[in-house]
Amino acid sequence: MSDPLLRVDAIETFYGPIQAIRGVSLEVQPGQIVTVLGANGAGKTTVLRTVSGVLDPERGQVIFQGRDIAHLPPDQVVRMGICHVPEGRETFPFLTVRENLMMGAYTRRDSAAVATDLELCFNYFPRLRERQNQRAGLLSGGEQQMMAISRALMGKPKLLLLDEPSLGLSPLLVQQIFGIIRRINKEQGVAILLVEQNAHIALKTADYGYVLEVGRIVAQDTCASLLQRDDIKEFYLGQKESGVRGQRRWKRKRLWN
Amino acid sequence: MEDAARLLQLIVNGAAAGCIYGLIALGFVLIYKATEMVNFAQGEIMMLGAFVAYTLISHFGMSYWAGFLLAICITAVFGYLLDAVVLRRVIGQPQFAVVMLTLGLGFIFRAAAGIGWGYDPVGFNTPFTNRTVGAGSLILGQDNVSIIVGTVVLCGILFVFFSKTRVGVAMQASSQNQLAAYYMGIPVRRIFSLIWAIAAGVAAIAGILLSPVSMIDVNMGFLGIKAFAAAVIGGFGSIPGSVIGGVLVGIVEQLAGYYLPVGFQEVTSNVVLLGMLILRPQGLFAERMGKRV
Repeated sequence: MSDPLLRVDAIETFYGPIQAIRGVSLEVQPGQIVTVLGANGAGKTTVLRTVSGVLDPERGQVIFQGRDIAHLPPDQVVRMGICHVPEGRETFPFLTVRENLMMGAYTRRDSAAVATDLELCFNYFPRLRERQNQRAGLLSGGEQQMMAISRALMGKPKLLLLDEPSLGLSPLLVQQIFGIIRRINKEQGVAILLVEQNAHIALKTADYGYVLEVGRIVAQDTCASLLQRDDIKEFYLGQKESGVRGQRRWKRKRLWN
Repeated sequence: MEDAARLLQLIVNGAAAGCIYGLIALGFVLIYKATEMVNFAQGEIMMLGAFVAYTLISHFGMSYWAGFLLAICITAVFGYLLDAVVLRRVIGQPQFAVVMLTLGLGFIFRAAAGIGWGYDPVGFNTPFTNRTVGAGSLILGQDNVSIIVGTVVLCGILFVFFSKTRVGVAMQASSQNQLAAYYMGIPVRRIFSLIWAIAAGVAAIAGILLSPVSMIDVNMGFLGIKAFAAAVIGGFGSIPGSVIGGVLVGIVEQLAGYYLPVGFQEVTSNVVLLGMLILRPQGLFAERMGKRV
């Protein structure tokens, strides 16, 4: 395989005295969609925050395009081409949609290319064009998510960090948003590191997947294979083979334990 | 007719004093919105700005306008460093620590100014000192008019800056959602220091505009207390509100000084503040900000 775009190597990150990640390693190849699955509190968001520089790891390395970025401040990480779509969207509620998007391009000086990218975002999400002069706080949840994704695209990322894009959205909207995420990946060649609780759609969207539990990677494989694994099916997709129901369920163990 | 002219005169004088309160209040609000810190040394920064202008103009023989601009720049740089070196360290500490720190800084600035410039009031000649403009029976001091005009122009400049420029919008963004601003690659700390620089520069402008009306002395910073009332009246979070709150306090104070017995003038700003807290505690222009954690 070629050199990975991003290589996270045995990072350990703390919130004060609490250790949230206990040695996570993962790789994202150029143009790939990689997903990190896990339950609440598994440390998925922390992984993304460590990559984007909002948190610094205590130990371990974050190598992006051959350079260790683990201890760079977030603005330099953005300049290198990693843009973050935060969990819960995190809009600037009193700025207009357009101003929000322009903030995504804060680190860029090439105003002609920024204008082109704004147009690109409006083409991916026509709703945002209609609402560009409204305050972001007045948008619906789905529109805010579209805006958060567009805002990150405005930074012209090589790697897009997506934190729970399905959060709080209707199933139909989730389908739409993931359709566009796939398009962005294909058409722009942007690699994506996707964190999701909705394992079903994440595994359908991504190429490669990691499973995170209490701060550790416990499984990794191509998404096609992960989808076939019984433990993944049961614990993350909620599927069970018929007839198993009620049958000594407590004895079924996750393979990695 | 004469009564009407007098009333108008009082209102203009009051509005001029109020503009000064408003400019200081604007500094309070800018810093509070961005960093959730209340800078009780804001009035002292105004005093320092006025003294710097005095030194440049009276001692170094600079022209009024050159001294004016340079004093603003020096005070703004001072404000930037104050945040970058001192106040950045208390972010995340309890509000109490910030209050004590800025109050203490105010004491230090007063003492330092006393050592450096002495405790006697000083002044310098401005193009507006002791000149009047007349309109009919209305005679206004140019110093007061210059304060009002200066404040209006400054508010216009700030409005354009905050709504049209990249850095200005980034300042708004950082105030509204600090975490998201970090994610966007906005250098939030530097932006906050720049906000301090603007607040200090605006305070310096207030001090210099005020100098033809009242002398420059070490204790002029106590005016900050009235400005604080103005900021609360304006909603403590609304920039236009702070200036309007200031003008309101200034006018009420001026009218009280003329129509009410001696002594009332000094307490009116607090009376207005109390009245506001009882009738409309969120202030005149409270922005409903659903803060999400």
